Amino acid sequence: MMPRPSLLAAVAATLWLLIAGSAIAGDADTVTASNAWIRVLPGNLPAGAFADFTNASDHAVALTGASSTRYGQAMLHRSSTEGGMGRMEAVDKMEIPAHGSAKLSPGAYHVMLMQAKPAVVPGDNVVITLSFSDGSHKDVTFQARPANAL
Amino acid sequence: MKLPRAWVLAFGITLALLAGCHRDAQPSWRLTDVSGHLPDLAFKLTDDNGKPVTAADYRGKVLLVYFGYTHCPDVCPLTLAQLHVVMQRLGAKADDARILFVSVDPARDTPQTMHAYVNAFDKRAVGLVGPDKDIEALAKQLRSAYTREPDKGDGSYDVSHSSAIYLFDRDGKARVLATPSASQDDMVHDLSLLIDLGAKA
Repeated sequence: MMPRPSLLAAVAATLWLLIAGSAIAGDADTVTASNAWIRVLPGNLPAGAFADFTNASDHAVALTGASSTRYGQAMLHRSSTEGGMGRMEAVDKMEIPAHGSAKLSPGAYHVMLMQAKPAVVPGDNVVITLSFSDGSHKDVTFQARPANAL
Repeated sequence: MKLPRAWVLAFGITLALLAGCHRDAQPSWRLTDVSGHLPDLAFKLTDDNGKPVTAADYRGKVLLVYFGYTHCPDVCPLTLAQLHVVMQRLGAKADDARILFVSVDPARDTPQTMHAYVNAFDKRAVGLVGPDKDIEALAKQLRSAYTREPDKGDGSYDVSHSSAIYLFDRDGKARVLATPSASQDDMVHDLSLLIDLGAKA
């Protein structure tokens, strides 16, 4: 018996989506993340998320944002202590150079997470979706660690 | 009368040598020595148990004074985590020291929030809150500064603040100053020396 045309169409569509899907994965595929963690603070205080990235491709990639179903809001920030003043600013992106690496780390670039729901406690694993400049996304599991972790 | 240049030079060298000998008797700090450059610690604030306190209540303890606020998501936690590790490395000696975390965000930080916050970092940390004028007075005393940044649109805001850590001896005298980028070894070294100064034998 011949498969019904509608089934063929569905299979074709699925194949096409898989191919297209891998094509738009792009930068997310050439970037690897490691040592991903969140500094958990008491109460409903904002938390910083940190990770190390390497870019295996021959072009620079930019991390442009983050989101998580576990947090109401996630923003890319950079803190500094230039001139002896501790301050923080929202940034559009963090560049990861070609065949190079970059870090989200305490006191520098980080993802600021707000409004955890339910509360995140040390030991939890939290999935954060990272967005890259070419529109691709990557899910990375961050480990929640105590406030005084270094 | 003008002194011959050679005499002036010899006098200068003698002074330098004397100072050198004298310095040997003094602790050799690795952080920035601020002895005599800042007034003795003085404040009237409220601790994280809601109790009114003054600097005199901490006489006898070596103090690490640091300005910050609980909504500070990155630099303050990093600094407090580093101070916790420094205290850990000192072992039982650290019981003679206290971290005083002074809030520069009187509008949002209460004794309750400060209590949970400081204890998440170190059991020897004390959170201090007070009205703007009292915090400002302490900041001014320590040549420190802070500025509340504009509202981010959702009612939240950041506070830019001096990132220095001030180390006071048991008599409330300012001795050394550390930046958040100071090495842990240097912090442990100087804090240990400070604790040894005036320790009960």
